[in-house]
Amino acid sequence: MMIRTFKTALVVTWLALGAVQAQAGPVQDLLQEQGALIEESSRRTIGPAIEAIVDSGLERVQPVLQAWQDKALWIDAEGRFWRVIEKDGDEILVDVDTGAEAGPADTAAMEQIKPNSGIRALIGTALVQFQLSDPNPARRRAALESITRDPEPELLAPLRASIETEDDADLLARKVRLERLLTARFDEDEAARVAAIEALSTDAAVETRAALNPLLASRMVALPDGETPEGNVARELSPGGDRLSRAAAYGALVDAGLAPPRPSDAEIRAALEANRANGEVGGVAVAALGDPQARARAYDALAAEGLVAPRVEEADVEAALAAHAFFDVYAEPSAAVTDAARAALTSIGIRVGAMKGVDIGLDALSLASIYFLAAIGLAVTFGVMGVINMAHGEFIMMGAYTAYLVQQIIPDRTLSLIAALPAAFVVTFVAGVAMERLVIRHLYKRPLETLLATFGISIALQQLAKIVFGTQARPLTAPDWLGGAWIINDVVGISHIRIAIFVLALMFLGFFLFLMKRTRLGLETRSVTQNPGMAASVGIDPGRVNMLTFGLGSGIAGIAGVAIGLYAKVTSEMGADYIVQSFMTVVVGGVGNIWGTLAGAAMIGGLQKGIEVLNPSNTLAAQTWMIVAVIIFIQFRPRGIIALRGRAAGD
Amino acid sequence: MTGSFLKRNPSVPVVLGLLLLGTLAVAAMAASGGLSTSFVKTLGMTLCLALAALAMDLVWGYAGILSLGNIAFFALGGYMIGMWLMTARTEIIVAESLAGQAIPATPQEIRDAVGGQIFGVVGSADFPAIWAFSGSLPAQLALVVLVPSLLALVFGWLAFRSRVTGVYLSILTQAMTLALALYLFQNDAGLRGNNGLSGLQNLPGLSAVPQATVSLWFLWGSALALGLGYLLCAWVVSGKFGAILRGIRDNEARVRFLGYPVEGFKLAVFTLSAAITGIAGALYYPQAGIVNPAEMMPIASIYLAVWVAIGGRGRLYGAVIGAIAVSLISSFFTSGKLPDLDLGPVRLVWVDWWLVMLGFSFVLVTLLAPKGLGGLVDLWTQRRRPERHGADLGPDTGAFREKEAEA
Repeated sequence: MMIRTFKTALVVTWLALGAVQAQAGPVQDLLQEQGALIEESSRRTIGPAIEAIVDSGLERVQPVLQAWQDKALWIDAEGRFWRVIEKDGDEILVDVDTGAEAGPADTAAMEQIKPNSGIRALIGTALVQFQLSDPNPARRRAALESITRDPEPELLAPLRASIETEDDADLLARKVRLERLLTARFDEDEAARVAAIEALSTDAAVETRAALNPLLASRMVALPDGETPEGNVARELSPGGDRLSRAAAYGALVDAGLAPPRPSDAEIRAALEANRANGEVGGVAVAALGDPQARARAYDALAAEGLVAPRVEEADVEAALAAHAFFDVYAEPSAAVTDAARAALTSIGIRVGAMKGVDIGLDALSLASIYFLAAIGLAVTFGVMGVINMAHGEFIMMGAYTAYLVQQIIPDRTLSLIAALPAAFVVTFVAGVAMERLVIRHLYKRPLETLLATFGISIALQQLAKIVFGTQARPLTAPDWLGGAWIINDVVGISHIRIAIFVLALMFLGFFLFLMKRTRLGLETRSVTQNPGMAASVGIDPGRVNMLTFGLGSGIAGIAGVAIGLYAKVTSEMGADYIVQSFMTVVVGGVGNIWGTLAGAAMIGGLQKGIEVLNPSNTLAAQTWMIVAVIIFIQFRPRGIIALRGRAAGD
Repeated sequence: MTGSFLKRNPSVPVVLGLLLLGTLAVAAMAASGGLSTSFVKTLGMTLCLALAALAMDLVWGYAGILSLGNIAFFALGGYMIGMWLMTARTEIIVAESLAGQAIPATPQEIRDAVGGQIFGVVGSADFPAIWAFSGSLPAQLALVVLVPSLLALVFGWLAFRSRVTGVYLSILTQAMTLALALYLFQNDAGLRGNNGLSGLQNLPGLSAVPQATVSLWFLWGSALALGLGYLLCAWVVSGKFGAILRGIRDNEARVRFLGYPVEGFKLAVFTLSAAITGIAGALYYPQAGIVNPAEMMPIASIYLAVWVAIGGRGRLYGAVIGAIAVSLISSFFTSGKLPDLDLGPVRLVWVDWWLVMLGFSFVLVTLLAPKGLGGLVDLWTQRRRPERHGADLGPDTGAFREKEAEA
């Protein structure tokens, strides 16, 4: 700080002096000193000039360098340097020392300094030094980002110099890391590089990996057997192994001039076509060339005449590959550095793997909570009441569309979300009660027909939604506070909406347990499920209880629809996407037990994400194998993970 | 269980006779130019659907297994025949285009070119391993039966062995169908992903024959398959085997305690149903022209059940009537020929509203007419409930013995 205050004082002094002695000052003098080199503008000779300007330690040097880089540095007729800026369409002279405007520029009488791109890059590197120590933290951050994007050996020294003066803790940490990255790649001292690489091995950031990977860049070298290649050998390769295919190995031999090129089938064909004469090629009738052996004969004949390069038989390839050895040689000459880099990458790989595991765990958890949310309504209607409701997915869809409509009426996202939850519940509750009254109660003793009838309703509702809302997905936008993501590091992160869905799932779990175990309705529901006749004889109205329970399950589906609509898309088919998975969740978990549904959701979500790890690009395959795994699981526990026993099991 | 086959199955001569008469009439009208080729194709496809519904009735109506996986067997049959149709036809096209070259092509070059033609849409040029037999018609015809049967056998063995029954079994079969559809949607599954197999209406080597003739061939073929399938199903359900199936449907535990291997019977009928459905699919898709995994999505798998339920399950002619009636009415409403109705605020576009109507009418049939359209036949044959003055057959209301008593 002392230094900075002192410098500021100096500048003030210069400014005062500049006002008296116009056009003269330390910067102008400096530029005059280096004038010849600057005017020569050659990349070879400009180095000392830039160095001298930078080393002068003058505060006003930075805008001059910037102007130079931007081709805004001019020399007037008397050989003095000026910055020229454009203001309201006029070109105006600016003093290099004071930064004061000095009237309009007569550019016709002046000479512009036009540095080429090489020089501009050198100036840019010099400027970074200033930016790294800029009082404005945003500039410093920008400079660090530009170095990260485009690391250069020359940037190492200014970066190191700037670390001492850094007072922002966050930026300091970034500078230290960047310094290590640059040291690892560009330092001249091998020990320093190894030390830097080792220090990096606990850092799993993407840019660390990006900095270490180039150190291990290698190229393949083919040599006659018995010879060892020069340089830092990574490994010997065997043709036909994992790292080197036979074709690539032979290609390398051809490229190195160690083996004759092998004419491809297409080349043989083209050669035969080019050498046709009188319906024959090389003594073989053209019409017979559909036979591969005849083709080989004809081509060999052409080769014997010297018209084409000879064919290389498989045995020749074999011999050539056997007679040569193949090596991977590092571009980096120092074995100590490559060893350290390899060890560091391995250790980073393990850390990244562990973090990826955590990330996948989070993903699986969030998928499980979505499945749980979609299935919890079913846990009521199917799990407790035993009613197969194939239109459950359509209740989810109705909830989502209700939220969409509410959003059309209430523009504020947060308010509309708060209003949408009860609205969705009411709409689907009413729909559920209507369906129970009109259809399901007549079919309680015919479960398979309930399945079919509710499927009919599902088809009709889906098509109705398509007619009313169209086939396009409707946007259901989350409020801003739900829009972001919680990012822990480069690997692990989770979006807020997924956290919200997880919390919502937990709330529903609590609500369900409270409802079933602690309320009158829950007690009546359980009694009606277990023995309707007995329940009726103690004064419970089974019809009313069934109706309310079914409505409740449907209402929960509606609220789940709001959450799923925020997370996925709102279409007429969104319910159908979840129906099979929801039923599987309930069946796998064990019918009639909410903890089972929870376990089922966890298992299905975990399975799907776990399988996705094996083939990350293919979620379809993950879903396929997840279903297959569930079908096989049912073999071993046909009644689900948590099976009811005894009388509660019903049948 | 006594009497001749025809006496036990009075519906057989009626159905076969009507089928023959209907096909003859359609063929005659088509020959005189009264019917368009596309309508003849629709009729042929409808017969195939009826055959699939028949197989569905076999497992659902007689054995009580509501299988939502039958549509997967149907599509697999289509895929199997489609593999041969595509390969054989592309081979002819490629051979023609390569014949213009200066040098005759080698067998390998022809195969590569065919592979490039067929799998170009999924960014590949090699034949996947499952296409190994695609060059041979007899092999693929065998696979039409074998692949669905094998899938049914493995799945059924797993499911029945662990005593998964009722709605659980339905959901499990639905899951199987979904898994297969999702699998086939992938490009690297080797069956051209969501493009499916296309151009199946063009029979290899018969490009000179007009589609009008081909559609008639398929109509006759489908009618023949339906007739034979009906005979087979009638024979299966009318003997002792059928009696045990009905026993399993009505009370599985009792049949098991009587000493019958219930799982074996279920597995046999499930596999038979899959084989028949596969054949139906193999006849259907060359008329439809294209088969893709979307055919297997959950909504499609339930249609088969809808046809059987509307026609009346537990009677073979019910399945046939249901499939023919619903799919013909469906194609009538979705043809776009019906003028839209303007009802003030709502415009009734039949193509859109047909599905809504189908859905609700399905609910109505389930609620009000559990016997389906086939129940109308009962009115005519004067088969009434035995007069027991309201007394039940027994204490167990879940049993279907009421219906058994009628038969």
